[in-house]
Amino acid sequence: MRALVWIIEDTWQATIDEAAQFLPGDAEITLLHVASTEPEAVARAARHGLLGRHPPRPAAPKELQAISEQAAHELLTDAQERLGRPANLQARRGRVEREVVAAADGIDILILARDGDRDCLGPRSLGPVTRFVIDHAPCGVLLIWPDSAPGLSTIPPPPPAGTPPPHPPPHS
Amino acid sequence: MTDGLALAAALVVLAATLAVAVTRPPHVSEAVAAATGAVLLVVVGAIGLSGADHALRTLGPTVGFLAAMLLIADGCRREGLFDAMGAVMARGSGGSPQRLLAFVFVIAAAITAVLSLDATIVLLTPVVFATAARMRTSARPQVYACAHLANSASLLLPVSNLTNLLAFHASHLSFLRFAALMVLPTIAAVAVEWVVFKRFFAADLTRPRHAGARPARPDLPRFAVAVLAFTLAGFALSSVVGIEPVWFAAVGAAAITGPALARRTATPVALARAAEPGFLIFVLALGVIVQAASVNGLDSAVRAVLPTGGSLPDLLAIAALSAVFANLVNNLPATLMLIPVAAATGGAGPVLAVLIGVNVGPNLTYVGSLATLLWRRVLRAEDTDVELGEFLRLGALTVPAALVAATVLLWLALKA
Repeated sequence: MRALVWIIEDTWQATIDEAAQFLPGDAEITLLHVASTEPEAVARAARHGLLGRHPPRPAAPKELQAISEQAAHELLTDAQERLGRPANLQARRGRVEREVVAAADGIDILILARDGDRDCLGPRSLGPVTRFVIDHAPCGVLLIWPDSAPGLSTIPPPPPAGTPPPHPPPHS
Repeated sequence: MTDGLALAAALVVLAATLAVAVTRPPHVSEAVAAATGAVLLVVVGAIGLSGADHALRTLGPTVGFLAAMLLIADGCRREGLFDAMGAVMARGSGGSPQRLLAFVFVIAAAITAVLSLDATIVLLTPVVFATAARMRTSARPQVYACAHLANSASLLLPVSNLTNLLAFHASHLSFLRFAALMVLPTIAAVAVEWVVFKRFFAADLTRPRHAGARPARPDLPRFAVAVLAFTLAGFALSSVVGIEPVWFAAVGAAAITGPALARRTATPVALARAAEPGFLIFVLALGVIVQAASVNGLDSAVRAVLPTGGSLPDLLAIAALSAVFANLVNNLPATLMLIPVAAATGGAGPVLAVLIGVNVGPNLTYVGSLATLLWRRVLRAEDTDVELGEFLRLGALTVPAALVAATVLLWLALKA
């Protein structure tokens, strides 16, 4: 079984613990982290808004990219230590949802955590990035709650009889 | 040369200068382009030598003030103020992304107000990015906060934004009076940002987290903080003691650069670079170019569209028009065109309303103006892989509300 465990900064411990518990001993595990390049692009764009000053030096080292790559490396190393089993480490950069789906190509199961509202069961427990990944994953998916799942009572009461069935959440 | 021809020449030179500043071709600096354009306008007679001289003399003290503030910001960086701010955020947030955002808001607003938006964008943003990375939380809300607050918190003091410095002289306000009138508008603009950010980035801010180790207590660089405190106190007292604020900025710049030169932690070349001579020349030359356009008819065109009264609808219209203008041509030229008209016809109220528009308005796009945004997309620049729709939505949610809230509070402050 080839398993891909996608970790994000805030919830990586819970995802790793679940993977360690769930995956059989002979599973071939890849730990994946994807750094979004969006904050770097926003920071760069803000500098370009400063008309007439701070001309960007093309040869200047990409300070934020270096910080981001170092942080991803440390996170993956800590994650492997917590997993306590051999695993391939994969660090990618770019649009997170696209990179995760691309990394899941040829994989049997993808393990990931919900990244939205954790107080209610329902569509808001998935942010747009995770929803895209689940909607487009080319493999099986194990979706975990990063802490304990909310109770069933958090689901709103059903609509009165005769109402059409709820629409699926919007595609994002 | 006829007025019409002179106006056309000035507008063509202005457009060419802005095009160079926005597109940044590899071998032409914006300073050289602007200076060449200004000289050209004098040579062809679109502006007389005395007119150009007058524009330079008017801008001179402002540009000197700007250079001093750039040196102070650079000195603060050298003394470790920005790294210390990173440590303050990391420790104060206690591992919570939402508290980190609160710290970023307060610190980015304070750095912008005291050391200008340039300091927030160039010096603080990398520190915030690194702090979020070390805390292992999403840097998205934090970096967007720096980009937005650099604009919306830049209303407070004459030194917070070059646009304010340009208007300060024309407004005939004392430093303290300027700050007193702008404190409520600044708080209003930042509060609008806070409310929108908390909802907009809710998913990034509320993920469950394991508590990490508490970071070490930060060491504040006392010398840099003391220089800043002295300089601010000087600004506040400037009208009482009858000394122009620019002199306190000069003393602050000397105080923070002198010891570094003596200790050889900074070289004269590095200091000269930190004062950004190219940028100073660009501002002076842009002033001459805009002046050439203004005296040949642009002034009366602006007069025809810009309301001049101090009523609330007038101030709102001024702020909205200025925001639109800043988005069309970037806020520096917009300020140079609008401020003289607002100052001559309406006084302090309209001048400050123009500043609200040109300072908050650029948040509509993430690169300061639509012109820059379009150009960078045409050039397929690296930073255009940002989810454009998302940034524009964030701008659309914050800018109109911040403009209205800040302008209403300015109107109340003017009446008090």
